[in-house]
Amino acid sequence: MIRSLFGPPFYFQETLEQMYLIGIGSLYLVVLTGLFSGQGFALAFSNELADFGAKNYLGRIMSISIVRELGPTLTGLMIAARVASGITAEIGAMKSSSQIDAMLAFGIDPIKKIAGPRLITLLIMAPVLTIVCDVIAIVGAWVIAVYISHVSSTLYWACVFERLTFGNMFFGIIKPVIFGFIIAVIACYKGFSSEGGTKGVGQATTNSVVLASITILMVNFFVTKVIYPYIKGYL
Amino acid sequence: MIELQNVSFAYGTKPVLRNVSFQLDQNESVVIMGPSGSGKSTILRLILGLATPDEGQVLVDGANICAMREKDKQEIRKSIGMVFQDGALFDSLTVGENVGYYLIEHTRWTWQEIEAKVTEMLGFVGLDADEIIDKLPEQLSGGMQRRVAIGRALLSTNPKIMLYDEPTTGLDPQSTENVLQLINKLTRERRISTIVVTHQIADAFNVSDRFIVIHAGEVAFDGTTRELRDSKDERVAAFLAPFKSSFTGVAEREFLNS
Repeated sequence: MIRSLFGPPFYFQETLEQMYLIGIGSLYLVVLTGLFSGQGFALAFSNELADFGAKNYLGRIMSISIVRELGPTLTGLMIAARVASGITAEIGAMKSSSQIDAMLAFGIDPIKKIAGPRLITLLIMAPVLTIVCDVIAIVGAWVIAVYISHVSSTLYWACVFERLTFGNMFFGIIKPVIFGFIIAVIACYKGFSSEGGTKGVGQATTNSVVLASITILMVNFFVTKVIYPYIKGYL
Repeated sequence: MIELQNVSFAYGTKPVLRNVSFQLDQNESVVIMGPSGSGKSTILRLILGLATPDEGQVLVDGANICAMREKDKQEIRKSIGMVFQDGALFDSLTVGENVGYYLIEHTRWTWQEIEAKVTEMLGFVGLDADEIIDKLPEQLSGGMQRRVAIGRALLSTNPKIMLYDEPTTGLDPQSTENVLQLINKLTRERRISTIVVTHQIADAFNVSDRFIVIHAGEVAFDGTTRELRDSKDERVAAFLAPFKSSFTGVAEREFLNS
């Protein structure tokens, strides 16, 4: 599958089509996720911070938690739920109806043709969607900060931008790239290895989403743990 | 042309084929019959190199396809046309894109050039291109889908051999007749060697007079129509028995009782 990224033929049209389906198609999900999780977190944090008289630091906390952890993880989970299931079901259905065999019979490498464009798409679109989620979540939190917690708008944005450091943004970009890779590999593998007709495709789809979601959560921890010492100075 | 030598194959721990051997010469047709799950379709997959036998070898024009790299297998496949069970048309592509799939993927032809070839091929398989070229496979009847699949196989390769996996299963009598006529047309007019996998005797004796009966993964019979009818092999008798008593299998009963 990794080899499919290199060497001809390149399936530009399929990749663009997948970018539209996966990227634009997931936009509403990511926007809603970012908006409500950002607002929920802002509400919870502002109440807690108010007890210590530290409400003005809300922007700072939201910036760190969303960019570094919440945005990548929630976006990864949403993409896993929507896209991994779709990819596995599509490939599984193609396999059970012999369309994969037909491709091979006509000299097409199905890994290159099907998995390649989806992998490239997820490597690109997962970070893009994460940035969208981050922005929406921070804006959603701003609404709560200004209109409910009565934090100064200027102060909120100053705190947000103060914490948009190279280190935090690096975390926020590298994680979704890894999550996109995980989702593509698991979803395609589960699709190509599905057996047992419709029932098998259903099971493979469920397993794909569960495995991708759990792996994202686990890998998120390990990436934070491994990268943190190297990036500490830039946070 | 095609030879299976002592081929054994298993899906995981479940044996599917055991010591299967037979040969198909140029311009020859053979029907492989047997109950569901007996390993008939697996034989076609092995011939195409889509599966690798655990033992034995599959020779296509003298070359062992099992030992080849994927790139070399693709060269061999250019001379083999495959019509999969239920057609296996790409359901997200139109009929035109399905039939012209190989040309779209492997040539730099313009769509106008490909469309001309597709139209010609659809006409050859007895379909009206103007009517169906922009339709999705799901909008066609089962019989039309099979003919589109045959057209795709013919346009995709320059076949010396055609493999048909259950080409008439699930079709109404008229569609069955059309598909069988097309298979015979290809075999006789284009002198293409043919392997048809089916479990329907009525179809079988319409396309060939040589039959191979697979029972529990083994070749239980390999011979002509007359030899099949006169066979005393218990496994062959067990396979033919339902057709003798079937009220729906009129053609089969006529054949077996003749």
